[in-house]
Amino acid sequence: MNHWLSPEEWTAVRLSLIVATTAMIASLPLGLVVALLLARGRFWGKSLLDAIVHMPLILPPVVTGYLLLIGFGRRGPIGQFFYDWFGIVLSFRWTGAALACAVMGFPLMVRAIRLSIEAVDRRLEDAAGTLGANPLWVFLVVTLPLCLPGIIAGMILCFAKAMGEFGATITFVSNIPGETQTLPSAIYTFTQVPGGDAGAMRLTLISIAISVTALFLSELMARMVGRRIAVE
Amino acid sequence: MSPVLDIAVRHRLGDFLLDAALTSEGRLTALFGASGSGKTSLVNVVSGLIRPEAGHVRIEGETLVDTERGIFLPKHRRRIGYVFQEARLFPHLTVRQNLLFGHWFVPRAVRKPAELDKVLELLGIGHLLQRRPGALSGGEKQRVAIGRALLAEPRLLLMDEPLAALDEARKAEILPYIERLRDETRIPIVYVSHALAEVARLATTVAIVEDGRIAACGPTADILSRPDLAARPGAPEASSLLTGEVVGFDEAFGLARLQTRAGPVLVARSALQAGQKLKLRILASDVMLSLEPPADISALNVLPGRISEIGERTGTGGSIVHLRLVCGEALVAARLTARSVEALGLAPGKAVHAVIKSVSVETA
Repeated sequence: MNHWLSPEEWTAVRLSLIVATTAMIASLPLGLVVALLLARGRFWGKSLLDAIVHMPLILPPVVTGYLLLIGFGRRGPIGQFFYDWFGIVLSFRWTGAALACAVMGFPLMVRAIRLSIEAVDRRLEDAAGTLGANPLWVFLVVTLPLCLPGIIAGMILCFAKAMGEFGATITFVSNIPGETQTLPSAIYTFTQVPGGDAGAMRLTLISIAISVTALFLSELMARMVGRRIAVE
Repeated sequence: MSPVLDIAVRHRLGDFLLDAALTSEGRLTALFGASGSGKTSLVNVVSGLIRPEAGHVRIEGETLVDTERGIFLPKHRRRIGYVFQEARLFPHLTVRQNLLFGHWFVPRAVRKPAELDKVLELLGIGHLLQRRPGALSGGEKQRVAIGRALLAEPRLLLMDEPLAALDEARKAEILPYIERLRDETRIPIVYVSHALAEVARLATTVAIVEDGRIAACGPTADILSRPDLAARPGAPEASSLLTGEVVGFDEAFGLARLQTRAGPVLVARSALQAGQKLKLRILASDVMLSLEPPADISALNVLPGRISEIGERTGTGGSIVHLRLVCGEALVAARLTARSVEALGLAPGKAVHAVIKSVSVETA
Protein backbone atom coordinates (compact mmCIF):
# COMPACT_ATOMS: atom_id res chain seq x y z
CA MET A 1 0.00 0.00 0.00
CA ASN A 2 2.68 2.44 1.10
CA HIS A 3 4.56 2.04 -2.20
CA TRP A 4 1.47 2.84 -4.10
CA LEU A 5 0.22 5.79 -2.06
CA SER A 6 2.27 8.72 -0.86
CA PRO A 7 2.26 9.28 2.92
CA GLU A 8 0.01 12.29 2.47
CA GLU A 9 -2.49 10.32 0.46
CA TRP A 10 -2.43 7.50 2.97
CA THR A 11 -3.08 10.00 5.75
CA ALA A 12 -6.10 11.37 3.88
CA VAL A 13 -7.53 7.85 3.48
CA ARG A 14 -7.02 7.01 7.15
CA LEU A 15 -8.43 10.34 8.28
CA SER A 16 -11.51 9.87 6.11
CA LEU A 17 -12.17 6.45 7.61
CA ILE A 18 -11.77 7.78 11.15
CA VAL A 19 -13.96 10.82 10.48
CA ALA A 20 -16.71 8.78 8.81
CA THR A 21 -16.70 6.07 11.50
CA THR A 22 -16.81 8.67 14.27
CA ALA A 23 -19.63 10.53 12.55
CA MET A 24 -21.60 7.30 12.13
CA ILE A 25 -21.20 6.05 15.69
CA ALA A 26 -21.64 9.43 17.35
CA SER A 27 -24.89 10.19 15.56
CA LEU A 28 -26.43 6.76 16.17
CA PRO A 29 -27.88 7.31 19.69
CA LEU A 30 -29.39 10.69 18.80
CA GLY A 31 -30.49 9.30 15.43
CA LEU A 32 -32.36 6.48 17.17
CA VAL A 33 -34.08 8.83 19.59
CA VAL A 34 -35.10 11.28 16.86
CA ALA A 35 -36.29 8.47 14.57
CA LEU A 36 -38.35 7.05 17.42
CA LEU A 37 -39.84 10.47 18.19
CA LEU A 38 -40.73 11.06 14.55
CA ALA A 39 -42.12 7.55 14.05
CA ARG A 40 -44.07 7.21 17.27
CA GLY A 41 -44.22 10.54 19.06
CA ARG A 42 -47.25 12.78 19.12
CA PHE A 43 -46.16 16.19 20.30
CA TRP A 44 -46.32 19.83 19.42
CA GLY A 45 -43.62 20.85 16.95
CA LYS A 46 -43.13 17.43 15.40
CA SER A 47 -43.16 18.84 11.86
CA LEU A 48 -40.67 21.46 12.97
CA LEU A 49 -38.33 18.75 14.27
CA ASP A 50 -38.81 16.85 11.04
CA ALA A 51 -37.93 19.96 9.03
CA ILE A 52 -34.82 20.70 11.10
CA VAL A 53 -33.58 17.14 10.76
CA HIS A 54 -33.99 17.29 7.00
CA MET A 55 -32.44 20.73 6.67
CA PRO A 56 -28.90 19.52 5.79
CA LEU A 57 -30.41 17.47 2.98
CA ILE A 58 -31.94 20.46 1.22
CA LEU A 59 -29.55 23.29 2.09
CA PRO A 60 -26.42 23.80 0.00
CA PRO A 61 -23.63 22.04 1.94
CA VAL A 62 -21.62 25.26 1.96
CA VAL A 63 -24.45 26.96 3.83
CA THR A 64 -24.56 24.15 6.39
CA GLY A 65 -20.78 24.43 6.76
CA TYR A 66 -20.98 28.17 7.24
CA LEU A 67 -23.73 27.81 9.86
CA LEU A 68 -21.54 25.30 11.67
CA LEU A 69 -18.66 27.75 11.50
CA ILE A 70 -20.79 30.47 13.06
CA GLY A 71 -22.24 28.20 15.74
CA PHE A 72 -19.38 25.84 16.55
CA GLY A 73 -16.35 28.03 15.78
CA ARG A 74 -14.02 29.06 18.62
CA ARG A 75 -15.95 32.33 18.93
CA GLY A 76 -19.33 30.80 18.20
CA PRO A 77 -21.77 30.37 21.12
CA ILE A 78 -21.80 26.58 21.06
CA GLY A 79 -18.13 26.27 20.14
CA GLN A 80 -17.18 28.45 23.10
CA PHE A 81 -19.34 26.36 25.42
CA PHE A 82 -17.68 23.14 24.21
CA TYR A 83 -14.23 24.65 24.72
CA ASP A 84 -14.97 26.10 28.17
CA TRP A 85 -16.65 23.01 29.59
CA PHE A 86 -15.05 20.06 27.80
CA GLY A 87 -11.91 21.55 26.25
CA ILE A 88 -13.08 20.37 22.85
CA VAL A 89 -12.12 22.45 19.87
CA LEU A 90 -14.08 21.75 16.71
CA SER A 91 -13.05 24.39 14.20
CA PHE A 92 -10.17 23.39 11.94
CA ARG A 93 -9.78 20.03 13.69
CA TRP A 94 -10.68 16.51 12.57
CA THR A 95 -13.40 16.46 15.25
CA GLY A 96 -15.02 19.36 13.41
CA ALA A 97 -14.85 17.35 10.19
CA ALA A 98 -16.60 14.50 11.98
CA LEU A 99 -19.28 16.90 13.22
CA ALA A 100 -19.86 18.27 9.73
CA CYS A 101 -20.10 14.74 8.32
CA ALA A 102 -22.45 13.64 11.12
CA VAL A 103 -24.75 16.61 10.50
CA MET A 104 -24.84 15.89 6.77
CA GLY A 105 -25.41 12.16 7.25
CA PHE A 106 -27.95 12.55 10.05
CA PRO A 107 -31.11 12.98 7.93
CA LEU A 108 -30.26 9.86 5.93
CA MET A 109 -29.74 7.82 9.06
CA VAL A 110 -32.92 9.09 10.74
CA ARG A 111 -34.95 8.44 7.61
CA ALA A 112 -33.86 4.82 7.31
CA ILE A 113 -34.39 4.07 11.00
CA ARG A 114 -37.71 5.88 11.11
CA LEU A 115 -39.09 3.91 8.19
CA SER A 116 -38.06 0.62 9.79
CA ILE A 117 -39.65 1.58 13.11
CA GLU A 118 -42.86 2.51 11.31
CA ALA A 119 -42.80 -0.89 9.61
CA VAL A 120 -42.72 -2.78 12.92
CA ASP A 121 -46.05 -4.50 13.61
CA ARG A 122 -47.52 -2.75 16.65
CA ARG A 123 -49.61 -5.83 17.34
CA LEU A 124 -46.43 -7.73 18.19
CA GLU A 125 -45.64 -5.04 20.74
CA ASP A 126 -49.14 -5.40 22.20
CA ALA A 127 -48.59 -9.14 22.43
CA ALA A 128 -45.30 -8.60 24.26
CA GLY A 129 -47.10 -6.23 26.63
CA THR A 130 -49.76 -8.76 27.54
CA LEU A 131 -46.93 -11.23 28.22
CA GLY A 132 -45.67 -8.97 30.98
CA ALA A 133 -43.01 -6.86 29.26
CA ASN A 134 -43.08 -3.20 30.26
CA PRO A 135 -42.71 -0.58 27.49
CA LEU A 136 -38.92 -0.34 27.85
CA TRP A 137 -38.48 -4.11 27.57
CA VAL A 138 -40.88 -4.21 24.64
CA PHE A 139 -38.67 -1.69 22.88
CA LEU A 140 -35.47 -3.55 23.69
CA VAL A 141 -36.52 -7.11 22.89
CA VAL A 142 -39.16 -6.63 20.21
CA THR A 143 -39.03 -3.24 18.49
CA LEU A 144 -35.26 -2.83 18.34
CA PRO A 145 -34.45 -6.30 16.98
CA LEU A 146 -37.21 -6.01 14.40
CA CYS A 147 -35.89 -2.72 13.02
CA LEU A 148 -32.24 -3.81 13.10
CA PRO A 149 -32.03 -4.02 9.28
CA GLY A 150 -33.16 -0.40 9.07
CA ILE A 151 -30.65 0.66 11.70
CA ILE A 152 -27.84 -1.04 9.79
CA ALA A 153 -28.98 0.58 6.56
CA GLY A 154 -29.11 3.97 8.28
CA MET A 155 -25.60 3.57 9.66
CA ILE A 156 -24.17 2.57 6.28
CA LEU A 157 -25.91 5.47 4.55
CA CYS A 158 -24.52 7.85 7.14
CA PHE A 159 -21.04 6.35 6.73
CA ALA A 160 -21.19 6.61 2.94
CA LYS A 161 -22.40 10.20 3.11
CA ALA A 162 -19.59 11.01 5.55
CA MET A 163 -16.98 9.45 3.25
CA GLY A 164 -18.10 11.72 0.45
CA GLU A 165 -18.85 14.91 2.35
CA PHE A 166 -17.02 17.86 0.90
CA GLY A 167 -18.84 21.19 0.92
CA ALA A 168 -19.75 21.52 4.58
CA THR A 169 -16.44 20.05 5.73
CA ILE A 170 -14.21 22.33 3.70
CA THR A 171 -16.25 25.37 4.71
CA PHE A 172 -16.27 24.53 8.42
CA VAL A 173 -12.80 23.09 8.99
CA SER A 174 -10.94 23.98 5.78
CA ASN A 175 -8.51 21.64 4.00
CA ILE A 176 -5.54 21.09 6.28
CA PRO A 177 -3.41 18.06 5.32
CA GLY A 178 -3.12 15.62 8.20
CA GLU A 179 -5.88 17.31 10.25
CA THR A 180 -8.96 17.97 8.16
CA GLN A 181 -8.01 16.87 4.67
CA THR A 182 -10.38 13.99 3.98
CA LEU A 183 -10.49 11.97 0.76
CA PRO A 184 -12.73 14.34 -1.20
CA SER A 185 -10.69 17.35 -0.09
CA ALA A 186 -7.50 15.59 -1.10
CA ILE A 187 -8.90 14.72 -4.52
CA TYR A 188 -10.00 18.31 -4.95
CA THR A 189 -6.52 19.53 -4.04
CA PHE A 190 -4.94 17.19 -6.59
CA THR A 191 -7.17 18.54 -9.33
CA GLN A 192 -6.06 22.05 -8.54
CA VAL A 193 -2.33 21.44 -9.11
CA PRO A 194 -0.60 20.65 -12.41
CA GLY A 195 0.23 16.92 -12.74
CA GLY A 196 -2.10 15.89 -9.94
CA ASP A 197 -4.23 13.65 -12.15
CA ALA A 198 -2.51 10.43 -11.15
CA GLY A 199 -2.98 11.15 -7.46
CA ALA A 200 -6.60 12.13 -7.96
CA MET A 201 -7.21 8.91 -9.86
CA ARG A 202 -5.60 6.75 -7.14
CA LEU A 203 -7.73 8.34 -4.44
CA THR A 204 -10.82 8.08 -6.61
CA LEU A 205 -10.28 4.35 -7.00
CA ILE A 206 -9.83 3.96 -3.25
CA SER A 207 -12.97 5.98 -2.65
CA ILE A 208 -14.92 3.71 -4.97
CA ALA A 209 -13.50 0.61 -3.30
CA ILE A 210 -14.47 1.80 0.18
CA SER A 211 -18.00 2.73 -0.88
CA VAL A 212 -18.57 -0.57 -2.64
CA THR A 213 -17.24 -2.50 0.36
CA ALA A 214 -19.54 -0.60 2.72
CA LEU A 215 -22.52 -1.31 0.48
CA PHE A 216 -21.57 -4.98 0.22
CA LEU A 217 -21.15 -5.30 3.99
CA SER A 218 -24.53 -3.70 4.66
CA GLU A 219 -26.21 -6.05 2.19
CA LEU A 220 -24.55 -9.00 3.88
CA MET A 221 -25.60 -7.90 7.37
CA ALA A 222 -29.11 -7.04 6.28
CA ARG A 223 -29.44 -10.48 4.73
CA MET A 224 -28.15 -12.20 7.86
CA VAL A 225 -30.57 -10.28 10.05
CA GLY A 226 -33.35 -10.61 7.49
CA ARG A 227 -33.06 -14.37 7.42
CA ARG A 228 -33.44 -14.48 11.19
CA ILE A 229 -36.57 -12.40 11.22
CA ALA A 230 -38.19 -13.82 8.12
CA VAL A 231 -41.70 -12.47 8.07
CA GLU A 232 -44.40 -14.91 9.13
CA MET B 1 -66.39 -16.63 46.64
CA SER B 2 -66.07 -13.98 43.93
CA PRO B 3 -67.07 -14.86 40.39
CA VAL B 4 -64.35 -15.76 37.91
CA LEU B 5 -65.31 -12.82 35.74
CA ASP B 6 -67.04 -9.64 36.79
CA ILE B 7 -67.11 -7.07 34.03
CA ALA B 8 -69.16 -3.91 33.55
CA VAL B 9 -67.73 -1.40 31.12
CA ARG B 10 -68.73 1.50 28.95
CA HIS B 11 -66.49 2.68 26.17
CA ARG B 12 -67.05 4.62 22.98
CA LEU B 13 -65.04 3.69 19.88
CA GLY B 14 -66.02 6.07 17.10
CA ASP B 15 -69.68 5.41 16.41
CA PHE B 16 -69.64 2.15 18.31
CA LEU B 17 -70.68 2.01 21.94
CA LEU B 18 -69.47 -0.86 24.06
CA ASP B 19 -71.74 -1.13 27.07
CA ALA B 20 -71.32 -4.61 28.42
CA ALA B 21 -71.86 -6.19 31.81
CA LEU B 22 -71.48 -9.83 32.71
CA THR B 23 -70.45 -12.12 35.50
CA SER B 24 -69.42 -15.69 34.94
CA GLU B 25 -68.50 -18.67 37.08
CA GLY B 26 -67.58 -20.79 34.11
CA ARG B 27 -64.26 -22.50 33.48
CA LEU B 28 -64.59 -21.52 29.85
CA THR B 29 -66.74 -18.51 29.12
CA ALA B 30 -67.52 -18.02 25.45
CA LEU B 31 -68.26 -14.56 24.09
CA PHE B 32 -70.46 -15.39 21.16
CA GLY B 33 -71.68 -12.96 18.53
CA ALA B 34 -71.43 -11.79 14.94
CA SER B 35 -68.35 -9.99 13.60
CA GLY B 36 -68.36 -6.38 14.69
CA SER B 37 -70.55 -7.03 17.72
CA GLY B 38 -67.79 -5.88 20.07
CA LYS B 39 -66.38 -9.18 21.30
CA THR B 40 -62.78 -8.26 20.56
CA SER B 41 -63.19 -4.79 22.05
CA LEU B 42 -64.47 -6.42 25.21
CA VAL B 43 -61.48 -8.76 25.56
CA ASN B 44 -59.18 -5.85 24.76
CA VAL B 45 -60.67 -4.06 27.74
CA VAL B 46 -59.99 -7.11 29.90
CA SER B 47 -56.42 -7.44 28.63
CA GLY B 48 -55.65 -3.75 29.08
CA LEU B 49 -55.21 -2.90 25.40
CA ILE B 50 -58.23 -0.60 25.72
CA ARG B 51 -58.72 1.72 28.65
CA PRO B 52 -62.49 1.96 29.20
CA GLU B 53 -64.14 5.31 29.86
CA ALA B 54 -66.13 3.88 32.75
CA GLY B 55 -66.66 0.61 34.55
CA HIS B 56 -64.76 -2.17 36.24
CA VAL B 57 -63.08 -5.47 35.44
CA ARG B 58 -62.54 -8.02 38.21
CA ILE B 59 -61.06 -11.47 37.86
CA GLU B 60 -61.56 -13.87 40.74
CA GLY B 61 -62.06 -10.92 43.05
CA GLU B 62 -59.00 -9.00 41.95
CA THR B 63 -59.71 -5.57 40.49
CA LEU B 64 -57.86 -4.78 37.27
CA VAL B 65 -59.89 -1.73 36.31
CA ASP B 66 -62.20 0.43 38.36
CA THR B 67 -62.66 3.89 36.95
CA GLU B 68 -64.54 5.10 40.01
CA ARG B 69 -61.64 4.22 42.27
CA GLY B 70 -59.12 5.36 39.67
CA ILE B 71 -57.63 1.90 39.21
CA PHE B 72 -56.15 0.95 35.87
CA LEU B 73 -53.58 -1.81 35.86
CA PRO B 74 -51.35 -1.52 32.76
CA LYS B 75 -51.41 -4.53 30.44
CA HIS B 76 -47.97 -5.80 31.38
CA ARG B 77 -48.95 -6.11 35.03
CA ARG B 78 -52.28 -7.92 34.54
CA ARG B 79 -50.91 -11.40 33.95
CA ILE B 80 -53.54 -12.21 31.40
CA GLY B 81 -52.57 -14.66 28.69
CA TYR B 82 -53.88 -13.41 25.38
CA VAL B 83 -54.06 -15.72 22.38
CA PHE B 84 -54.72 -13.59 19.31
CA GLN B 85 -56.48 -14.57 16.15
CA GLU B 86 -53.23 -14.32 14.17
CA ALA B 87 -50.83 -16.00 16.64
CA ARG B 88 -48.53 -12.93 16.76
CA LEU B 89 -45.39 -14.94 17.42
CA PHE B 90 -42.16 -12.96 17.52
CA PRO B 91 -40.51 -13.61 14.14
CA HIS B 92 -36.99 -12.91 15.38
CA LEU B 93 -37.14 -15.53 18.14
CA THR B 94 -37.18 -19.32 18.04
CA VAL B 95 -40.24 -21.26 19.17
CA ARG B 96 -38.47 -21.97 22.45
CA GLN B 97 -37.70 -18.28 23.01
CA ASN B 98 -41.26 -17.37 22.06
CA LEU B 99 -42.63 -19.88 24.56
CA LEU B 100 -40.48 -18.65 27.42
CA PHE B 101 -40.92 -14.96 26.59
CA GLY B 102 -43.69 -14.35 29.10
CA HIS B 103 -42.17 -16.60 31.76
CA TRP B 104 -39.22 -14.23 31.84
CA PHE B 105 -41.40 -11.34 32.91
CA VAL B 106 -43.36 -13.11 35.65
CA PRO B 107 -42.61 -11.26 38.90
CA ARG B 108 -40.00 -13.13 40.92
CA ALA B 109 -42.30 -13.36 43.93
CA VAL B 110 -44.89 -15.47 42.13
CA ARG B 111 -42.67 -17.15 39.56
CA LYS B 112 -42.69 -20.93 39.50
CA PRO B 113 -40.21 -23.02 37.54
CA ALA B 114 -41.29 -23.01 33.90
CA GLU B 115 -43.47 -26.01 33.21
CA LEU B 116 -42.14 -26.16 29.70
CA ASP B 117 -42.27 -29.95 29.43
CA LYS B 118 -45.85 -30.07 30.64
CA VAL B 119 -46.97 -27.41 28.19
CA LEU B 120 -45.06 -29.03 25.33
CA GLU B 121 -46.79 -32.30 26.07
CA LEU B 122 -50.20 -30.68 26.55
CA LEU B 123 -49.99 -28.95 23.17
CA GLY B 124 -47.91 -31.46 21.27
CA ILE B 125 -45.26 -28.98 20.16
CA GLY B 126 -42.09 -30.52 21.58
CA HIS B 127 -40.62 -31.17 18.14
CA LEU B 128 -40.86 -27.49 17.11
CA LEU B 129 -38.63 -25.92 19.77
CA GLN B 130 -35.67 -24.97 17.60
CA ARG B 131 -37.69 -23.67 14.67
CA ARG B 132 -38.61 -20.11 13.89
CA PRO B 133 -42.25 -19.02 13.53
CA GLY B 134 -41.82 -18.50 9.78
CA ALA B 135 -41.34 -22.27 9.37
CA LEU B 136 -44.54 -23.32 11.19
CA SER B 137 -47.97 -24.18 9.83
CA GLY B 138 -50.98 -22.14 10.91
CA GLY B 139 -52.10 -24.75 13.42
CA GLU B 140 -48.62 -25.10 14.90
CA LYS B 141 -48.28 -21.34 15.25
CA GLN B 142 -51.56 -21.14 17.11
CA ARG B 143 -50.54 -23.94 19.49
CA VAL B 144 -47.22 -22.22 20.18
CA ALA B 145 -49.15 -18.99 20.84
CA ILE B 146 -51.33 -20.84 23.36
CA GLY B 147 -48.23 -22.31 25.00
CA ARG B 148 -46.59 -18.90 25.16
CA ALA B 149 -49.63 -17.46 26.93
CA LEU B 150 -49.79 -20.41 29.36
CA LEU B 151 -46.12 -20.19 30.35
CA ALA B 152 -46.60 -16.56 31.38
CA GLU B 153 -48.50 -18.03 34.36
CA PRO B 154 -51.67 -16.10 33.60
CA ARG B 155 -54.59 -15.76 35.99
CA LEU B 156 -56.90 -15.80 32.97
CA LEU B 157 -56.52 -16.93 29.39
CA LEU B 158 -58.16 -14.83 26.65
CA MET B 159 -58.59 -16.51 23.30
CA ASP B 160 -59.80 -14.25 20.52
CA GLU B 161 -61.10 -16.48 17.72
CA PRO B 162 -57.95 -18.58 17.83
CA LEU B 163 -59.28 -20.89 15.13
CA ALA B 164 -60.84 -18.34 12.79
CA ALA B 165 -57.81 -18.12 10.50
CA LEU B 166 -57.46 -21.91 10.17
CA ASP B 167 -59.03 -24.44 7.84
CA GLU B 168 -61.29 -27.22 9.09
CA ALA B 169 -58.51 -29.79 9.42
CA ARG B 170 -56.36 -27.43 11.51
CA LYS B 171 -59.37 -26.52 13.68
CA ALA B 172 -60.01 -30.19 14.37
CA GLU B 173 -56.33 -30.49 15.28
CA ILE B 174 -56.46 -27.74 17.92
CA LEU B 175 -59.90 -28.18 19.49
CA PRO B 176 -58.90 -31.20 21.62
CA TYR B 177 -55.98 -29.21 23.05
CA ILE B 178 -58.32 -26.42 24.11
CA GLU B 179 -60.60 -28.99 25.75
CA ARG B 180 -57.63 -30.36 27.68
CA LEU B 181 -56.72 -26.83 28.68
CA ARG B 182 -60.22 -26.31 30.01
CA ASP B 183 -60.29 -29.60 31.91
CA GLU B 184 -56.69 -30.00 33.07
CA THR B 185 -55.44 -26.54 34.01
CA ARG B 186 -56.74 -24.28 36.74
CA ILE B 187 -56.75 -21.22 34.50
CA PRO B 188 -60.18 -19.87 33.57
CA ILE B 189 -60.61 -19.16 29.88
CA VAL B 190 -62.52 -16.50 27.97
CA TYR B 191 -63.08 -17.68 24.43
CA VAL B 192 -64.28 -15.36 21.69
CA SER B 193 -66.01 -16.95 18.74
CA HIS B 194 -68.67 -16.48 16.11
CA ALA B 195 -68.76 -20.23 15.37
CA LEU B 196 -71.58 -21.95 17.20
CA ALA B 197 -70.07 -25.41 16.85
CA GLU B 198 -66.92 -24.32 18.74
CA VAL B 199 -68.96 -22.65 21.44
CA ALA B 200 -71.25 -25.66 21.86
CA ARG B 201 -68.26 -27.95 22.17
CA LEU B 202 -66.02 -25.87 24.42
CA ALA B 203 -68.00 -23.44 26.53
CA THR B 204 -69.32 -24.02 30.03
CA THR B 205 -70.84 -20.52 30.05
CA VAL B 206 -71.95 -18.45 27.09
CA ALA B 207 -72.40 -14.71 26.83
CA ILE B 208 -74.17 -13.51 23.71
CA VAL B 209 -72.69 -10.23 22.50
CA GLU B 210 -74.84 -8.01 20.34
CA ASP B 211 -74.07 -4.44 19.26
CA GLY B 212 -71.68 -3.90 22.12
CA ARG B 213 -74.06 -5.28 24.76
CA ILE B 214 -74.42 -8.61 26.49
CA ALA B 215 -77.79 -9.92 25.31
CA ALA B 216 -77.72 -13.00 27.54
CA CYS B 217 -75.30 -14.89 29.71
CA GLY B 218 -75.61 -18.31 31.33
CA PRO B 219 -74.79 -22.01 31.16
CA THR B 220 -74.18 -23.15 27.59
CA ALA B 221 -76.94 -25.76 27.36
CA ASP B 222 -79.46 -23.26 28.69
CA ILE B 223 -78.47 -20.35 26.46
CA LEU B 224 -78.24 -22.39 23.27
CA SER B 225 -81.71 -23.89 23.74
CA ARG B 226 -83.54 -20.73 24.81
CA PRO B 227 -86.57 -20.04 22.57
CA ASP B 228 -86.46 -16.27 23.05
CA LEU B 229 -82.81 -16.06 21.93
CA ALA B 230 -83.38 -18.33 18.93
CA ALA B 231 -86.27 -16.10 17.86
CA ARG B 232 -84.08 -13.01 17.50
CA PRO B 233 -83.32 -11.94 13.93
CA GLY B 234 -79.95 -13.24 12.75
CA ALA B 235 -79.61 -15.60 15.72
CA PRO B 236 -78.20 -19.04 15.04
CA GLU B 237 -80.59 -21.94 15.27
CA ALA B 238 -81.35 -23.21 18.76
CA SER B 239 -79.86 -26.54 19.71
CA SER B 240 -79.81 -29.02 22.58
CA LEU B 241 -76.55 -29.97 24.24
CA LEU B 242 -76.26 -33.33 25.98
CA THR B 243 -73.36 -35.11 27.55
CA GLY B 244 -73.42 -38.80 26.84
CA GLU B 245 -71.50 -41.82 28.06
CA VAL B 246 -71.10 -44.87 25.85
CA VAL B 247 -72.79 -47.77 27.65
CA GLY B 248 -73.18 -50.34 24.92
CA PHE B 249 -73.15 -51.13 21.22
CA ASP B 250 -75.52 -52.49 18.66
CA GLU B 251 -72.86 -54.43 16.79
CA ALA B 252 -75.08 -55.65 13.98
CA PHE B 253 -75.95 -52.12 12.87
CA GLY B 254 -72.84 -50.23 13.93
CA LEU B 255 -74.57 -48.13 16.55
CA ALA B 256 -73.50 -46.98 19.98
CA ARG B 257 -75.88 -46.70 22.93
CA LEU B 258 -75.33 -43.58 25.04
CA GLN B 259 -76.66 -42.72 28.45
CA THR B 260 -77.60 -39.05 28.71
CA ARG B 261 -79.54 -37.00 31.22
CA ALA B 262 -82.36 -36.86 28.70
CA GLY B 263 -82.53 -40.65 28.37
CA PRO B 264 -80.82 -43.27 26.21
CA VAL B 265 -79.68 -42.13 22.75
CA LEU B 266 -78.44 -44.23 19.85
CA VAL B 267 -75.82 -42.76 17.52
CA ALA B 268 -73.54 -44.06 14.77
CA ARG B 269 -70.74 -45.95 16.47
CA SER B 270 -67.78 -44.67 14.39
CA ALA B 271 -64.68 -44.90 16.61
CA LEU B 272 -66.35 -44.67 20.00
CA GLN B 273 -65.05 -46.70 22.96
CA ALA B 274 -67.08 -48.09 25.83
CA GLY B 275 -67.14 -45.67 28.77
CA GLN B 276 -66.14 -42.74 26.58
CA LYS B 277 -67.83 -39.43 27.37
CA LEU B 278 -68.85 -37.18 24.54
CA LYS B 279 -70.94 -34.15 23.73
CA LEU B 280 -74.06 -34.40 21.62
CA ARG B 281 -75.65 -31.52 19.81
CA ILE B 282 -79.10 -31.71 18.26
CA LEU B 283 -80.45 -28.88 16.15
CA ALA B 284 -83.94 -27.71 17.09
CA SER B 285 -85.18 -28.29 13.55
CA ASP B 286 -84.15 -31.96 13.77
CA VAL B 287 -86.55 -32.60 16.66
CA MET B 288 -90.10 -33.83 16.00
CA LEU B 289 -92.78 -33.87 18.66
CA SER B 290 -95.44 -36.48 19.13
CA LEU B 291 -98.22 -36.64 21.72
CA GLU B 292 -98.28 -40.46 21.80
CA PRO B 293 -95.19 -42.70 21.82
CA PRO B 294 -94.78 -43.17 18.07
CA ALA B 295 -94.90 -46.70 16.69
CA ASP B 296 -93.56 -47.94 13.38
CA ILE B 297 -91.29 -44.96 12.86
CA SER B 298 -87.79 -44.93 11.44
CA ALA B 299 -86.34 -42.54 14.03
CA LEU B 300 -84.49 -44.49 16.71
CA ASN B 301 -84.61 -42.03 19.57
CA VAL B 302 -87.80 -41.18 21.39
CA LEU B 303 -87.35 -39.12 24.53
CA PRO B 304 -90.39 -38.58 26.73
CA GLY B 305 -90.60 -35.14 28.28
CA ARG B 306 -92.70 -32.16 29.14
CA ILE B 307 -92.97 -28.77 27.46
CA SER B 308 -91.43 -26.05 29.60
CA GLU B 309 -91.51 -23.00 27.34
CA ILE B 310 -93.10 -21.91 24.13
CA GLY B 311 -91.59 -18.91 22.34
CA GLU B 312 -93.20 -16.19 20.26
CA ARG B 313 -94.11 -16.84 16.65
CA THR B 314 -91.28 -15.73 14.36
CA GLY B 315 -90.15 -16.04 10.79
CA THR B 316 -91.86 -14.48 7.79
CA GLY B 317 -95.56 -14.43 8.49
CA GLY B 318 -94.97 -15.79 11.98
CA SER B 319 -94.77 -19.38 10.77
CA ILE B 320 -92.13 -20.63 13.19
CA VAL B 321 -92.28 -21.35 16.92
CA HIS B 322 -89.36 -22.31 19.14
CA LEU B 323 -90.11 -24.54 22.11
CA ARG B 324 -88.14 -25.99 24.92
CA LEU B 325 -88.87 -29.26 26.68
CA VAL B 326 -87.48 -30.93 29.73
CA CYS B 327 -86.64 -34.54 28.96
CA GLY B 328 -85.35 -36.33 32.05
CA GLU B 329 -83.06 -33.69 33.54
CA ALA B 330 -82.00 -32.14 30.26
CA LEU B 331 -83.27 -29.30 28.10
CA VAL B 332 -84.25 -30.10 24.53
CA ALA B 333 -84.98 -27.39 21.97
CA ALA B 334 -87.46 -27.92 19.15
CA ARG B 335 -88.43 -25.77 16.21
CA LEU B 336 -91.92 -26.36 14.80
CA THR B 337 -94.38 -24.58 12.57
CA ALA B 338 -96.99 -22.53 14.35
CA ARG B 339 -99.56 -24.71 12.65
CA SER B 340 -98.20 -27.91 14.26
CA VAL B 341 -98.16 -26.22 17.67
CA GLU B 342 -101.77 -25.36 17.24
CA ALA B 343 -102.76 -28.74 15.79
CA LEU B 344 -101.22 -30.63 18.72
CA GLY B 345 -102.58 -28.14 21.21
CA LEU B 346 -99.10 -27.72 22.73
CA ALA B 347 -98.85 -25.74 25.94
CA PRO B 348 -96.36 -25.49 28.81
CA GLY B 349 -96.59 -28.55 31.04
CA LYS B 350 -97.96 -30.84 28.35
CA ALA B 351 -96.35 -34.27 28.08
CA VAL B 352 -94.80 -34.99 24.67
CA HIS B 353 -92.29 -37.29 23.04
CA ALA B 354 -89.28 -35.82 21.27
CA VAL B 355 -88.41 -37.85 18.20
CA ILE B 356 -84.82 -37.59 16.98
CA LYS B 357 -83.17 -39.43 14.11
CA SER B 358 -79.80 -40.91 15.05
CA VAL B 359 -78.21 -39.42 11.94
CA SER B 360 -79.19 -35.92 13.10
CA VAL B 361 -77.19 -36.20 16.32
CA GLU B 362 -73.84 -34.41 16.02
CA THR B 363 -71.14 -35.83 18.22
CA ALA B 364 -67.91 -34.20 19.31
